[in-house]
Amino acid sequence: MGLIADIVIGGLINGSTFALLAIGFSLIFGVARIVNFAHTAFYMLAAYCIYVASQKMGLHPVWGMLAAIVLVTFLGMLSYKALINPIREHEGAVLIATIALAMIFQEIMSLIFTGTFLSVPALIGGYFKLLGVKIFYQQLLTFCAALFILVVLWVFLMRTNTGLAIRSTAQDREVANLMGINEAQVAMITMGLSVGLAGFTGAIIVPLTILEPQMWTPPLIMMMAVVVLGGLGSLKGSFIGAYILGFAEALVVFLAPMGAYLKSPVALCIMILVLLIRPEGLFGVSFEEER
Amino acid sequence: MELVLFYLRKLFTVVKNEVLVLPSRVVVVLFFLFLLLLPVFTKDPYLLRIFILTSIYAILAASWDLLSGFTGQMNFGHALFFGVGAYGAALLNLRANIPPWGSIPLGALCAVLSGLIIGIPCLRLRGTYLALTTLAFPIVLMGLVFAFPNLTGGELGISGIARLTQSRVTDYYTVTVLMLGLCTIMWKITDSDTGIIFHAIREDEVAVRAAGVNTTRYKLLAFSLSGFFAGISGGLYAHFMRIAGPSTLEVSMSFTVVIWAIFGGIVTIYGPIGAVFVLFPLLEFLRVVQNYRTLIFAVVVLLILLYMPEGLFHWLRDKIEKECPRCKIRNIATRHTCRVCTAPLER
Repeated sequence: MGLIADIVIGGLINGSTFALLAIGFSLIFGVARIVNFAHTAFYMLAAYCIYVASQKMGLHPVWGMLAAIVLVTFLGMLSYKALINPIREHEGAVLIATIALAMIFQEIMSLIFTGTFLSVPALIGGYFKLLGVKIFYQQLLTFCAALFILVVLWVFLMRTNTGLAIRSTAQDREVANLMGINEAQVAMITMGLSVGLAGFTGAIIVPLTILEPQMWTPPLIMMMAVVVLGGLGSLKGSFIGAYILGFAEALVVFLAPMGAYLKSPVALCIMILVLLIRPEGLFGVSFEEER
Repeated sequence: MELVLFYLRKLFTVVKNEVLVLPSRVVVVLFFLFLLLLPVFTKDPYLLRIFILTSIYAILAASWDLLSGFTGQMNFGHALFFGVGAYGAALLNLRANIPPWGSIPLGALCAVLSGLIIGIPCLRLRGTYLALTTLAFPIVLMGLVFAFPNLTGGELGISGIARLTQSRVTDYYTVTVLMLGLCTIMWKITDSDTGIIFHAIREDEVAVRAAGVNTTRYKLLAFSLSGFFAGISGGLYAHFMRIAGPSTLEVSMSFTVVIWAIFGGIVTIYGPIGAVFVLFPLLEFLRVVQNYRTLIFAVVVLLILLYMPEGLFHWLRDKIEKECPRCKIRNIATRHTCRVCTAPLER
């Protein structure tokens, strides 16, 4: 019973994190065709921001979270404007630029905080018992916050004019431009939104994980697997794919021997198997005419 | 005697009329001479070690360009070939006692096999899907390496592999000559009819298929060729470092290969090689400031890409040479008329 509960909790939390990250990644890919390898590096930055605000400066963690999200969003938009926008026409150069950016963030963090493992205490301590299983309030909080933001994001994308602009630019950049949508501005907003989501994910997950400068690579791999599994540019796909892989990871960690080593390989095998059957992912649209 | 004189005269004419007229060709000749004559001037083992590793990585970067640059099949899991080559050579050497000259090509054949295995699901994918999917394969293999520590040595890797050759200088010559040879072969492949089809597949795959070319076969060919060269570089690495560890399969390894190739300029073969010869010694040199090493490396890459998004060597070549608008032959930038058809070159 306890094991099943652990798997369910782990799967839900993993899934929500992956969903938030993957949707942010998917958005900026859809709108600007940028494969942002630095996406999870922003997530790492946000986590460190909170550590500094709550542990070093003694502020309440909630203020730390807000500051982190604002700061990271600003940094993301700045790096988009200064580093990625000038070379956007060169696909390869953008890929390398984002990898280099992520490496720079990682190195700066390890210079400041020296690769030691850090942690942040839970926002609300304690736990309650449900069917004899310990559920920490922090886990519940993280899960609820993730769901809440996902719903807000959904409403924003589906019900507002800006959301419509983002979706239409993702569908067809040229036509959107002809319809009077300022494509450069939409790309900028989307970049801010996408990085803001990464920052938010970092903020809510920080009490449940360990901080270290390398912490951006494992979620990066999982996020990419989620995005490919769900179909690039499909928000629904990212959402469902995230929970599939989140649960797969939790199952492997808790059930398989040496699960910690095998968790990403198993998730990636699932992704490869799905791609063998459906090359465009679960909910992706095939870009047959786009060559 | 006359024959020798004839060939000497021919060599002289070729050097005078084909090599000396273009600065880039002169640079290539100087590069060959520099690499081949280096141990005559210095036998410093540390310096030779850097150049050996640089040459090994140059093969790897050029093989990435052969696949991803030329056919446009963005491969973000090139470490797979490198790792399979390294582990294959190491296992064959340790378990079957095959000496390096046998284990390296056999390891490379294992890499070809892995290229075919991943090529089959990847053929149906395109662009970003392909890039993100290929990223997965080395990680899956790394999971397997950790899951079967008895065979693969797990986290520690396989050590105690035979030396490549008996001394540092012979190691240097083996690796350098192999690198120059293999890279020339790769360059020749991309210059041949097959290379033209690779180019065409990158530009417009549907059109190539419409022209009656079996693109699937050519894409698989590209995967296996690239896997072969990358596998050789992996095997050389294993025998030179005398260890094949999981670090050969890491994500950062795949990323580094892509950084080298794009930094130098893709679809050139010489670009990635030049980039490795610039960036790898730079990274070694930066050991003086150990803590800032990766940071400086990343900043240099980012800044150079910002000003030369096509790659460093594309940019340099355009500075010193220009193309004749009529006959498409390259000329040194100081000329006002084309050296072949005398058409005026635009300023």
